[in-house]
Amino acid sequence: MIPELGHFALILALSLALVLSIFPMIGSLNNTPGWIALARPAALGQFFFIAIAFGCLVSSFLTDDFSVAYVAQNGNTLLPDVYKVSAVWGAHEGSLLLWVFILSGWTVAVSLLARHLPNVVLARVLSVMGMVSIGFLSFLLFTSNPFARVFPVPLQGGDLNPLLQDPGLAIHPPMLYMGYVGMSVAFSFAIAALIGGRLDAAWARWSRPWTTVAWMFLTIGITLGSWWAYNELGWGGWWFWDPVENASFMPWLAATALIHSLAVTEKRGAFKRWTVLLALLAFSLSLLGTFLVRSGVLTSVHSFAADPARGLFILIFLCIVIGGSLSLYAARAPSVSSGGRFDAFSRETLLLGNNLLLVIITAFVLLGTLAPLIYDALGWGKISVGFPWFNRMFVIFTPFLVLLMGMGPLTRWKHQDPGDLARLLRIALLVSLGGGILAALPLLHKGSVWAGLAVMLSLWIVSSLALSLRQRLRYRKGVAGLWQDLGTKGSGSYYGMVVAHFGVAVFIIGVTFVLQYEIEKDIRLSPGESTELAGYTLRFDGVQAHQGPNYRADRGTIHVLKDDREIALLHPEKRVYTVQTKPMTESGIDVGFTRDIYVSLGEGLGNGDWSMRLYYKPFVRWIWFGGLLIAIGGLLAASDRRYRIAVRDPLPALGNDGLIANGGS
Amino acid sequence: MTPKRRKRLILIALMVAGVGVAIAVALKAFNENLMFFYTPSAVAGGEAPAGHLIRVGGLVTNGSVKRQADGLTVTFDITDNAETITVQYTGILPDLFREGQGIVARGRLQNGSNLFVAEEVLAKHDEKYMPPEVADALKSAHKSSADGAATGGVTP
Repeated sequence: MIPELGHFALILALSLALVLSIFPMIGSLNNTPGWIALARPAALGQFFFIAIAFGCLVSSFLTDDFSVAYVAQNGNTLLPDVYKVSAVWGAHEGSLLLWVFILSGWTVAVSLLARHLPNVVLARVLSVMGMVSIGFLSFLLFTSNPFARVFPVPLQGGDLNPLLQDPGLAIHPPMLYMGYVGMSVAFSFAIAALIGGRLDAAWARWSRPWTTVAWMFLTIGITLGSWWAYNELGWGGWWFWDPVENASFMPWLAATALIHSLAVTEKRGAFKRWTVLLALLAFSLSLLGTFLVRSGVLTSVHSFAADPARGLFILIFLCIVIGGSLSLYAARAPSVSSGGRFDAFSRETLLLGNNLLLVIITAFVLLGTLAPLIYDALGWGKISVGFPWFNRMFVIFTPFLVLLMGMGPLTRWKHQDPGDLARLLRIALLVSLGGGILAALPLLHKGSVWAGLAVMLSLWIVSSLALSLRQRLRYRKGVAGLWQDLGTKGSGSYYGMVVAHFGVAVFIIGVTFVLQYEIEKDIRLSPGESTELAGYTLRFDGVQAHQGPNYRADRGTIHVLKDDREIALLHPEKRVYTVQTKPMTESGIDVGFTRDIYVSLGEGLGNGDWSMRLYYKPFVRWIWFGGLLIAIGGLLAASDRRYRIAVRDPLPALGNDGLIANGGS
Repeated sequence: MTPKRRKRLILIALMVAGVGVAIAVALKAFNENLMFFYTPSAVAGGEAPAGHLIRVGGLVTNGSVKRQADGLTVTFDITDNAETITVQYTGILPDLFREGQGIVARGRLQNGSNLFVAEEVLAKHDEKYMPPEVADALKSAHKSSADGAATGGVTP
């Protein structure tokens, strides 16, 4: 009964999505207020019914209703309740349902929070979101119904993949999807603006906070995924350049370019066409990411053949979204003015450089991700792209990005005298060069050119941020004025930028130090035996059997000693989950601010001996700490007061709707 | 040409040059980092280059896993049911590594022998999952030799 209710609710939601995508759009084009007014209730109704459907699937999992095929595959009576809920998005059908659920949530959020938008614009934005929703709801209903029944009803479910039974992964997909789907808001704003022919500073200001919030969720999602991989996969890696990871990273890169480009469009009215293109790109990459990951095209080209209906649907949907939006762009873009002028050396130019670099990186990640598919399709052989290549690419491009990152905040819009900037940045240059050289020399630690480069880049960011802060607070009574400054208009954006850029500095240190100074040791230990790792003594005290709620484990005991004093007790485990009988490595980690000690069990070698892998991971936490700071920066920027109050300020070129406004020129 | 125009032109030229160099460097590195996949049959047939980083894959032959005295170095055979090659690996094998299972190994072929020294052994985190390359290798070996399938008894 409940599954049918959910199925029915999904069908109703699809009908409402149809209403939402047709009537407000037509109403906005021929000015029919009654039709325009349909947008909000339709958005609310759609959300309501999808929420019901989602609730139905959750309840099927909680009540272990194995007559539902999806629950039978991914649920289990022994599963703790938390993981019964997270099992909802543990596989294809449910994660798509989560996708549309979040999409309808964003739609409602836009309809409720964007009250300052002119009704016509709001109607178009919601309408475009409705169209996206139609695509996903029909994909769900016609090819991957999560409520399909199975007969005979199995007595026990197939259980959730043990790898996914981890708190990090329980919240990782929802966060990531919040980001992916959030890009649909930026996309819808862009499409609505293209339809209305109104690409101006006002449009950028409306779409900016939404884009920043979506980008923030994407950042959190990716950071969580990396943290999960480190904790759960037992190999001590935090990023593998796996196609699945790349699929989430590409929209992030495009969105990072987008939020910077939106800043130029809002402040200076420039880059308008480029910004729209980035919004389309970011969302297209989000779609590509969702589909590639979930359809399994990337891990195996043959998944297409496994369910041709799904593959075909995906291809058609992608073609419609990308092709449709690009055609609209091609039709409308020529009539958009080029907007605010700027000199060869100005903040605009630096941001253009940033955009260029980010887009190139995105293109290369895309190349590396799709190359195996292309080679296979063309019969050139089966390849994989080694991850040294991805790393090298980042080493090539990151220094340029960071150079611009330091200069950007201190550079004026429109025109900047290079000499002035050089004088201003003299100290930052000295600090970063000095620090970099010190770090490269073997003074405290064995030196490394790469560590030196990382320290130099980080110090460059940090010191230029300090200079920028000093400049900002000079007329605001110094540090005492900081608190006062925090509440003013525009300060959220500024401090958000400071925090996020600082996060990048932290991240660079984390990544480089871990890669340079990490120590890995594969070893065989007998009970009572000790080994030395980076100045720590690790004593192995054997392995005992341990019984968990839905798994059995071999649980090792390892004492970590420093100068003969015990500082940590680690319990790495080798688990076998009862239902799927999959072995799983649960690593034992001693977490620290400047280093982690990471132990994972290999296998029993007889006589109580075990092979195990020991890692010393300096500064590894800084990677996720940096990611967190970047996300907090996004939150600060999105909460800027000016998005809530300044909308009624007169804006340049707020022409009549429906006309092609020549914004900002 | 006004000075302003000239400045802008120089800027654009610089950007194009920079982007060009970056793309050239990255593409060159890309070609160097491509790892080709070879089936045991291809390795036995001498198609795989020795000393290069490549990937091989197949089913781990039953009874072939041998551990050396240090407890960490392992040798095992992988097969596509037509040909078999020996893989040597030092370190901890993935959780899902076992006999009869499809695996992919990354490493180098020793000069003058068919011993493959692996840097990394991958077994996917799903026991029903077979690496697509391995599935293909089995399929093509099955097609090319009629007696091939009889030895392993594993359906691709």
